[in-house]
Parts: sequence; C-alpha cells; structure tokens
Amino acid sequence: MREFITQPWSWWFSGAMIASIMFFLLYFGKSFGFSSNLRTICAAAGLGKKTKFFDFDWKAQRWNLMFLIGAIIGGWIAGQFLSNGEPVAISAATIEDLSKLGISAPEALQPNELFSMEAVFSLKGFLLLSFGGLMVGFGSRYAGGCTSGHAISGLSDLQWPSLVAVIGFFLGGLLMTHFILPLIF
Amino acid sequence: MKYIKFIILGIVFGIVMSKSEAISWFRIQEMFRFQAFHMYGIIGTAVTLGVIGVFLIKKFQVRDFDDNPIQFFPKEKSIFRYLVGGTIFGLGWALSGACPGPMVVNIGYGYFALIVVFFFAIVGTYLYGVVKNKLPH
Repeated sequence: MREFITQPWSWWFSGAMIASIMFFLLYFGKSFGFSSNLRTICAAAGLGKKTKFFDFDWKAQRWNLMFLIGAIIGGWIAGQFLSNGEPVAISAATIEDLSKLGISAPEALQPNELFSMEAVFSLKGFLLLSFGGLMVGFGSRYAGGCTSGHAISGLSDLQWPSLVAVIGFFLGGLLMTHFILPLIF
Repeated sequence: MKYIKFIILGIVFGIVMSKSEAISWFRIQEMFRFQAFHMYGIIGTAVTLGVIGVFLIKKFQVRDFDDNPIQFFPKEKSIFRYLVGGTIFGLGWALSGACPGPMVVNIGYGYFALIVVFFFAIVGTYLYGVVKNKLPH
C-alpha cells in the first residue's frame, strides 16, 4: 500500500481527481480558478485604496484563500509523507535537451540550477524566478484566468475565450522553451 | 467552520498536483517539448470529464449544496486580451515551471525558491491592476 501511494500517480487518476475538485467547488457554489487569489491578496493588502481594480469585497473570496492554504498543506503532506524520493521520470529526450542547456538530469522533483537556495541568492537565478512570477501574475490577470480557470473550468464549459487563452498559454510556453531558454542558459 | 471543506479540497489539490508531478519544472519542460503524454493525459482527462460533467449539470439543472442552481458565467467575448495575456502567462509558466496553484504547492513541498516566484506573481497582478485601463482588451 505504502509503495502504491508513494510512487507517482498516473495521469488518468490525477486528471480525474482534478475534475472532481472542480465539481466539488461547483457543488459548494464556487468555481475553480486559482489565480483570482493573487488579486484577492492585493485587495486584502489594502491596495484597493489607490487602485480601483483591487477595490472589491475580497472577503467574499476567503474560501479561495482557504483553498490556497490547503494547497500548501497538501504539498507539505506529499513532500513529507507520500514521496519515495525518486527523481521525476521524464523522458530521455527531455533529459538530453535540458543537458544542452546545462540543466542536469532530475535528482528530485525540481532542478537545482533554478530552485536551490544557491540559485535563489544568485543574481541571475533571482532575476529568472522573479520575471517568471511577474509574467505569470500579469498574464493570468490580463487573460482573466490561469490553467485552472481557463484550461480546466473554461474548457469544461466549452467557452471559446478560454480556448483562445489556452492557445496563448501554449504560444508563450513554446516561445520560452524553444527560443528564449536557449538564450538564457 | 464553513471554510473547512475548502481547506480539505485544497489539501487534496496539493497532494494530487505533487503526486502527479504536475508541479515539477521538468514535467512542464517535457510538455512544451512534446516529449511525453503525461501532462496532456492529466489535462485531457480533467477536461474530458469536466465537459461531460458540466453538460450533465446543465441538462439536469443540478443544484448546489445550498440548493441554488449551479451557474456558469460566460466569459467576456474578446480575442486580444486572452491571446496576449495568455502568451505572457505562458512565457512565465515555461520559465518558472509553475502556474499559480503549483507555486504554493511547491512552497509547501519544501521548494522555498517558489516563494520568490509567488511573491512576484502577486507583484505582476498588482502591475496589471495599475495599468489595466491603459491596455487594449
């Protein structure tokens, strides 16, 4: 049993679980969209006094902040109790491509070159992490949602604006992966 | 106590995202290089079940926990904001290997570097709020 739980979970089980989470949120009268939390945090920090976009009743969104706190706890549980410590089993082709960029094969879940404390406290590492976050935050609000709001909730409701957003996610992702990352690393 | 169910759903989300390895930068790279089915399988399964479920909810006018009809709000019709905003999001997603949910899951998992990413995602959202009215949508 323990081995069953600690090995990586299959795509179909994980996908079904994500759909279930969306349905539970709908059943509780809410909707699945994580990036709204970023706006809520800005509003809760009092930024609505100067910027109208953050002047709304953020307390109505507390349920989503609770979901966020749960997500942190879930990550902690997975890391502490449900992990077998094996490196991510990505394809050999990806390992080879990444080695050309100077990123070594997985030793855990994340690459040391980007996420070790050493990387965080280097100028380049810090800039990469901060620009990555900046674009995700700016882009998700500009597009009105992120992977959960558009790719999962929006596509499930067959909304074409969400499909346009998902096409954008991929355009940006392909551009970064194939043209910009080789220039950075 | 009315919030406990959302904390539990969040915990399940955090565990699933970790155990499916969807929070891994490596998996996102593999996806954008089309070198494995894994991430497509996760998103594809979720969306397929999602489409069927949402269709059934609408067809049978399913009611929620408080006995209110489950509603879906159509998104504002436009192309520009979704395409441009989405592209900016995608650039950040492939660079940091995480969208907003996985950022916080990673922090819980023990990858504290993602605190920087998450903080700047908040800053990015703030910047959008400041310049919003000057941007085409």
